Amino acid sequence: MSLATAPAPEQDGVELTARHHPRVALVKPSNRRRRLAYAGLTPFAAYVLIFLALPTILAVVTGFFSDDGSLTFDNITGLFTPTILATFGSSFWLSGVTAVIGAVVGALICYAMLGTKVGGLLRTIIESAASVLAQFGGVMLAFAFIATIGVQGLVTVILRDTFGVDIFADGVWLYQVPGLILPYVYFQVPLMVITFLPALTALRPQWAEASATLGGTRFAYWRYIAAPVLAPAFLGSLLLLFANAFSSFATAAALISQGSQIVPLQIRAALVSETVLGRENMAGALALGMIVVMVVVMWAYSVLQARTSRWQK
Amino acid sequence: MAAPLSPVEPAPASAPAERRPKSANQAVRIGAEPSTVARRLILGIIGGIFLIPVIAMIEFTFRNGLAGDYTTSHWTGLFTEDSARTYRGLYQAIENSLVLAAVTVAIVLVLLLPTMVLVHMQFPRLKRTLEFICIIPITVPAIVLVVGLAPVYSVVVQVLGGSTWTLAFAYGITVLPYAYRAIQGNLDAIPVKTLSEAASTLGAGWLTVLWTILLPNLRRGVLAASFISIAVVLGEFTIASLLNRRNLQTALLQVSQSDPWVAVIFALAALALAFILLLIIGRLGSATPSRRKS
Repeated sequence: MSLATAPAPEQDGVELTARHHPRVALVKPSNRRRRLAYAGLTPFAAYVLIFLALPTILAVVTGFFSDDGSLTFDNITGLFTPTILATFGSSFWLSGVTAVIGAVVGALICYAMLGTKVGGLLRTIIESAASVLAQFGGVMLAFAFIATIGVQGLVTVILRDTFGVDIFADGVWLYQVPGLILPYVYFQVPLMVITFLPALTALRPQWAEASATLGGTRFAYWRYIAAPVLAPAFLGSLLLLFANAFSSFATAAALISQGSQIVPLQIRAALVSETVLGRENMAGALALGMIVVMVVVMWAYSVLQARTSRWQK
Repeated sequence: MAAPLSPVEPAPASAPAERRPKSANQAVRIGAEPSTVARRLILGIIGGIFLIPVIAMIEFTFRNGLAGDYTTSHWTGLFTEDSARTYRGLYQAIENSLVLAAVTVAIVLVLLLPTMVLVHMQFPRLKRTLEFICIIPITVPAIVLVVGLAPVYSVVVQVLGGSTWTLAFAYGITVLPYAYRAIQGNLDAIPVKTLSEAASTLGAGWLTVLWTILLPNLRRGVLAASFISIAVVLGEFTIASLLNRRNLQTALLQVSQSDPWVAVIFALAALALAFILLLIIGRLGSATPSRRKS
């Protein structure tokens, strides 16, 4: 997920060598060779067109058509009915809450990792564990939490029998939207570690030394030096976490079999229930709604990312 | 004067060795880094909390139904002669997922890798475009993509048949961001231009350059891209589920309704496999810089 943090430091270097090494002048590329090189790009281009561009366009466009194939805005206006708006609302709420918790806890882990050797054993283990857990979505995560805080889960039983605390005193909430918070946090924290850890390399020990030499306190260093430098990266990672939770489907699908409380589940209902007329095109409208949210969030992310990379060199 | 100095004298000799911990201590003292105690405390507590669900899963696999006691029968049951028949559906799904992982890796190696090398060498201006294309799958998540994939796959089934492996075309898209990042990191770190120019000066054709010069240098990136692709494909649920295909994850969900213990055992195994794959990626990545400098 953190690929957008991938720096492009070689950009300048490449152009420089291109200019200093005018291979073009030495070996004049014949038109045929150039055309051959372009032809080399076509397989990938065709693949991306068929399996990425086309589905995306189809997903968005179907929302504008009715069942009999005529143009309509019914599905789009359908997005603004109270039910669908409430679904988007709980998706926002769930994504927001888990993104904030994930970002704070993840940043704490990153802080604890400050000063450990890059490429050292501790770092490799934590980074690998974080990559696994960030990928650990879906069905398996649902199993893990049913085994942990399900009605007969390990933690549920220990709390009930040993401490007399019944976490489900007000009814079983694991299979509702609030039940998604803990499983989501479980993959949000590792994602935060993956995306935020590289940003911490921007903190130079010299700054802390300079601050201390000038009589700065611990608080002053974090408040006036570290925080402003890290703020764009932190907010960017927060947005990425939000997008991650917002688009996550598998865990919710495995935990919540009844009802469609969040947008991805609403899409599932629209796709699966072909019996309800016009529902399939509703999936298109929902997909459009999701894409709009994702584009806005990811755009803000890339803006913040550009500010972050300023310090990371 | 010389006498009091002499005991101090040897100190500078060992100073370089001691310097690193010393400056680290200083960083701790001025608050830029956490102390060892604080670090252990934070990582210990959070790590401990994150271990709970995994422990709960392991504990669950030894439970004897709702009886409250423990049994190893869920584990031993997997190694009986009947197991191949009892869990036929699950084994079939694992086979499907492994085939999907293999085809997805093939797509990455055959379609993405050559394109990235070509863009890197011949069309540096297209680098940004390629990067943009490769991170689109993050903005257009699987749950959105699947809405448009349904009509695309109704055509794919007509052309290529309804075998499971065709799903790998969709998976190739979902792994694009991860595979791109892994390969690009490696491409940026080796002097592609210099290497290929040196080779062609010595009379190598482009195929020779690609096969004997670039690929060996890109080994780490390619391996990392392959492993992360395998990990992603083995964990994929959304597309398979909504296109009504059977893969490991959809089968796990189905099995969990009749035999949750076995489902959890297989989930743990998949988790362990993913951890090993990503640990190898981590070691590959960290081993790179020191090697490359030589």
